[in-house]
Amino acid sequence: MSAKKSLPTTIALGVARGGLEIRQFMRQRESVVFTLAFPIILLAIFGSVFKTTLAEGVTFSQYFVAGMIASGLVNTGFQQLAILIPMEREFGSLKRLRGTPMHVASYFIGKSILVFVSMAIQVVLLLAAGIIFFGVELPTDPYKWLTFTWLIILGSAASTALGIAFAAVPKSGRGASAVVSPVVIILQFFSGVFFVFTDLPGWMQQVAAIFPLKWMTQGMRSVFLPDSFAAREVAGSWETERTFLILLAWLIAGIFLAIRTFKWSRD
Amino acid sequence: MNVIEVQGLHKSYADTKAVDGIDLTISKGEIFALLGPNGAGKTTTVEILEGFRKADSGSISVLGFDPANRGVQARIWRNRIGIVLQSTADAGDLTVQETLSHFAKYYSAPRDVEEVIHSVGLDEKRGALIRTLSGGQRRRLDVGLGIIGSPELLFLDEPTTGFDPEARRAFWALIESLREGGTTILLTTHYLDEAEALADRVAVITRGKILEVSTPSQLGGRASAKARVQWKSDGVIQEELSDNPTDVVRRLAAQFPGEIPELQVLRPSLEDIYLSMIGEI
Repeated sequence: MSAKKSLPTTIALGVARGGLEIRQFMRQRESVVFTLAFPIILLAIFGSVFKTTLAEGVTFSQYFVAGMIASGLVNTGFQQLAILIPMEREFGSLKRLRGTPMHVASYFIGKSILVFVSMAIQVVLLLAAGIIFFGVELPTDPYKWLTFTWLIILGSAASTALGIAFAAVPKSGRGASAVVSPVVIILQFFSGVFFVFTDLPGWMQQVAAIFPLKWMTQGMRSVFLPDSFAAREVAGSWETERTFLILLAWLIAGIFLAIRTFKWSRD
Repeated sequence: MNVIEVQGLHKSYADTKAVDGIDLTISKGEIFALLGPNGAGKTTTVEILEGFRKADSGSISVLGFDPANRGVQARIWRNRIGIVLQSTADAGDLTVQETLSHFAKYYSAPRDVEEVIHSVGLDEKRGALIRTLSGGQRRRLDVGLGIIGSPELLFLDEPTTGFDPEARRAFWALIESLREGGTTILLTTHYLDEAEALADRVAVITRGKILEVSTPSQLGGRASAKARVQWKSDGVIQEELSDNPTDVVRRLAAQFPGEIPELQVLRPSLEDIYLSMIGEI
């Protein structure tokens, strides 16, 4: 046995874990259906039911697609991890990992890769459905693509960190979905995914403004809706800089909470 | 050099003393069994040695390292040990081979994956998803994951619970082969025959205290205990306790014309000794 040979690096193991996580994800019919197909089904239902026009050249479906893409960041990050990690904790997989020389950061890197890949698949599927069925047009302005890119990266990262942090909340693995899913669905209602945000009661708008999803949906609207629609937002503008700063603040808070609250086992 | 040295180990939960002053010394290459009823403090003791729990007090050295330490040194230490937990039930969407290959990546000098699959007897299941394995097969995979990093010290917490007799024999053979490779093993079990078959020394633990540490054959004065000679006379079972059962049998042989009816010479089994020990408390 060569005792001098050193341990593999944290990054290399994180990447290896990412590959493994994706393989597991793809083999779980529940996760593929729930995480990837469900948003598409919702899109099909809402897009077909509400055919109103909100403004010159903006249909409700287009508004909804932007909201669903933002929701995708929350589904694949926050929701997926806050359900998956308590289950891994309950099954003892986390305790087993803790017994190995692997660094906890490798585990987080693996989870981030899982989130990023499932998020990318979901966004592509939603965009494709939006373009094919609901007349969503891809932006031509490179500045909008820049906004889209940082929204995806920052939003997804914050969602991942907050999912790991929130994973400390469910008391059991089996009950995790019952704790996490309502939080996400309520946030979606409050944040203007299912309804036009400015049509919601004022208090609801104010509550939503605390949480990141509202800013993600607004950001996605700034990418996929014409700039003339900005006047219809609460502030009368897209508030791009503000969105960036709020998501960044949530990312930092999420990382801090995730590190503080992460537990390998139940007791 | 001693692989494990523990002195004055204490650990309490809210209102119970789970571990109440345990001393242990386990030397290199030894197979050491912790025997005790459920709730005796076996798992708590082992989990402290594994670094999963913090002791309230006591000095602990495992491979020269305090398991409560964290950081890079702890990872280097974990690279030298293997842990088989009491129960793990992953979702199981990976195959046996994928799981072992992946865990092999965590260590600086892992064992060959195929060799490990073979040694835990999962050759035919190497491509099977974990969730399709039987309880015994899963347990053997757990052991495979415990030894994949070629550990110097292996912890086995109730490794054969739920095994059928044949699977247990196969498992014991696996542990024997690890012994030949020089691995030190700390085993907890509540099967007496398992401790007798595998362990060089056993410690009987109950209510957080060690009652005795000995070899299985000498535990509780087993080797020197009086033998019971039983036979039937006038339709009634007779019994005599003796240090020299041969003399008793010789006397009986002279007394009876032919066969001594229903003759038995009984020595206390490890189980008798163990039960009388934990019953004393």
